[in-house]
Amino acid sequence: MNTIALAGNPNSGKTTLFNALTGARQHVGNYPGVTVEKKQGTYINNDLKLDVVDLPGTYSLTAYSMEEVVARNFLVDEKPSMVVNIIDASNLERNLYLSVQFMEMGVPICIALNMMDMAEQRGIKININKLSKLIGIPVVPTIARTGHGKDRLMREVADNLNQRPVPLDISYGTDIDAALDEMEEIINSADFLVGKYRSKWIALKYMEQDEEILKLGRTASSSVSKMLEQITTRTSEHLHKTLDTYPEAMIADYRYGYINSILKQDVIKHEQDQNRLQTSDKIDMVVTNRFLGPIIMVAILLGLYHFTFEYSAMPVGWFESFFGWLGGAADAIMADGLLKSLVISGIIDGVGGVLGFVPLIVFMFFGISILEDSGYLARAAYILDRVFRMFGLHGSSVMAFIVSGGIAGGCAVPGVMACRTLKSPRERLATILTVPFMNCGAKLPVFALLVAAFFSENEGLVMVIITMIAWGGALLTAKLLRTTVIKGESTPFVMELPPYRFPTFKGLLIHTWERTWQYIKKAGTVILGISVILWAMMTFPGLPDSQTNTFEQQRKALITGSEEIQNQIMIINSKEAEAGLEYSIAGRIGKLFEGLTQLAGFDWRTNIALVGGFAAKEVVVSTLGTAYSLGEVDPEETGSLSETLAQAPGWRPLTAWSLIIFTIFYAPCFVTVVCIVREAGSWKWGAFSMIFNTILAFGASVFVFQIGSMLGY
Amino acid sequence: MKKISMRQMEVGQEGIIVAVKANGELGRRIRDMGIVKGAAIKVHGRAPLNDPVALRIMGFTLTLRNNEADYIEVEV
Repeated sequence: MNTIALAGNPNSGKTTLFNALTGARQHVGNYPGVTVEKKQGTYINNDLKLDVVDLPGTYSLTAYSMEEVVARNFLVDEKPSMVVNIIDASNLERNLYLSVQFMEMGVPICIALNMMDMAEQRGIKININKLSKLIGIPVVPTIARTGHGKDRLMREVADNLNQRPVPLDISYGTDIDAALDEMEEIINSADFLVGKYRSKWIALKYMEQDEEILKLGRTASSSVSKMLEQITTRTSEHLHKTLDTYPEAMIADYRYGYINSILKQDVIKHEQDQNRLQTSDKIDMVVTNRFLGPIIMVAILLGLYHFTFEYSAMPVGWFESFFGWLGGAADAIMADGLLKSLVISGIIDGVGGVLGFVPLIVFMFFGISILEDSGYLARAAYILDRVFRMFGLHGSSVMAFIVSGGIAGGCAVPGVMACRTLKSPRERLATILTVPFMNCGAKLPVFALLVAAFFSENEGLVMVIITMIAWGGALLTAKLLRTTVIKGESTPFVMELPPYRFPTFKGLLIHTWERTWQYIKKAGTVILGISVILWAMMTFPGLPDSQTNTFEQQRKALITGSEEIQNQIMIINSKEAEAGLEYSIAGRIGKLFEGLTQLAGFDWRTNIALVGGFAAKEVVVSTLGTAYSLGEVDPEETGSLSETLAQAPGWRPLTAWSLIIFTIFYAPCFVTVVCIVREAGSWKWGAFSMIFNTILAFGASVFVFQIGSMLGY
Repeated sequence: MKKISMRQMEVGQEGIIVAVKANGELGRRIRDMGIVKGAAIKVHGRAPLNDPVALRIMGFTLTLRNNEADYIEVEV
């Protein structure tokens, strides 16, 4: 089957067209080695069948962004039978800049002139036949939202498959032209990189100082590469001296010059002033207004938050009750023993843990897709960029922070996944690594427990302080990371504010579904595995027989007794659970580190609870319950545990603060870690987040505890 | 007619780009968006904290930070 590639600017309606062409026959993967999404689907109409690949949206074909390199390599390596270049008809001039670069490469290309309705509304008249004739490429008008023109487009594509047009050779000014000719000769006579690329194109890329091609060239033949680089340097110096410009800039100028020369030949007619205020601009006058803008933004962010976490509460509840019921059923059917414990605590809880996040992810992506597709996300980035930039982040980072718990009670799993809307690689990584500091819903029971035990008079105030510590810590850590491990210039902000559009419902559903499915498929399996390992750590080794027998005899002695005696049995059971936990690997780790963690005021019980918190932060509460012989404590009902803690030796308000700070900053739960690995593209960053965060948390806790102790608290 | 840096332009002011002094990634991204010599622009607005700036060019809206606008020289 023939493969065709869809390429075009972001916001040109590329993905909408892709959805219209392939419907539900599509799947999403990743390009090897990078986190750029690869969408593939099939177009079927009668006997015409085509494989369709949706390339990432780009404005250009340089080597500066992962998306552009991916798109370019796909064209070179996979040699699609046709590149369908989607162009926003209401924005012809700039969109053609990418087309020119395809034409320079000499790939088979066909233009879909999209959003014809929008162009018409804006009084833009395009002479399609003339445009097609002048650039020598088929041009088909489409309206992707309604699917108008898509079948005609595909017929045109089918008729021209694999027909390579005459590559575009335009002048880039006498100096560059001469240099390119000279380079082309060298390339041809040395057979340098030829076969894959046109020789003229290689010369052009050398002139543009394209990192990718330079690297390829140097490995292919360092001597030829050197000759070419010398010509580039010479031309560059000459241009800089005589015209105060660079080859790159010259080339861009001439490309736009070529586009203008085409458009001027009666191809485009503006019946309105191009800068006339459109509806979208009028909305912007309110939405990005100095005073109203921030207020509207807060309202929208609160709305997104509410939508994600309130509306998903019910389905989350269904999942919980279902897995609770399943656990109960397994409890009733299976014989006591290790297998039962594995099935209930390892597998059912693990699968429940994975699927429990699904409604959250669905709602979050649905909400964010609306903001993204409508064009609001770009406005939020515009309004907030000044603030986030101070910390080495990007205006778009705000979504991820809010979803993760910037408003206490979010969740870092969808938060980390929300970072996909960030296109700047360094800012994105810094955001991924710092959003887990936000106070997610699972940390809240821990705080609630400690606040109830030690600060019951100032609950509200303490919660506000906790939120502020999380934000401050996250932003300062982002700054720290951006000046150390993720050092580098901030990625240019240069960004389009696309006109507001109504998102298509189909697009929203497809978008949401594919992200969710990816989470279930990829993250799910890993999460289940880790869940079983954590279960094993809290279970093995089991208590030696001698100890189990002691507990058993104590119980037997009381077995036929009154209610009071039954209570005593309960107490023995709890004591046994405590002893079992202490004896397990997790318990031993807790004891092993007690000497060290005493610096922050934590005894072995707290340590075990924190190890358990790696499974999910609310487990800190239930594990503390077991460690204090209270049996399993429901994170929602912590009254008895609060009382115990308030009276337990070694606990005082300062210890509580130390633990609160540790809980905010230490290693994210493993579901988040798995998501970090997926989104950052390497286990390295997952490991980094566990180690770095724990060290940071420990440092901060020790600092608070030691200073506090010195001051007599 | 005088040449000023884009940072100094006021909201609503129009001008013609005379030079883009940036090189490398920033220069490339600026040019990709159509900010090249000879292009007509209008300052459309500024973010609540005065930075970034929003421009109108070729019939669409573009935003960039003030320290990026510094590289762009405009004739007003």
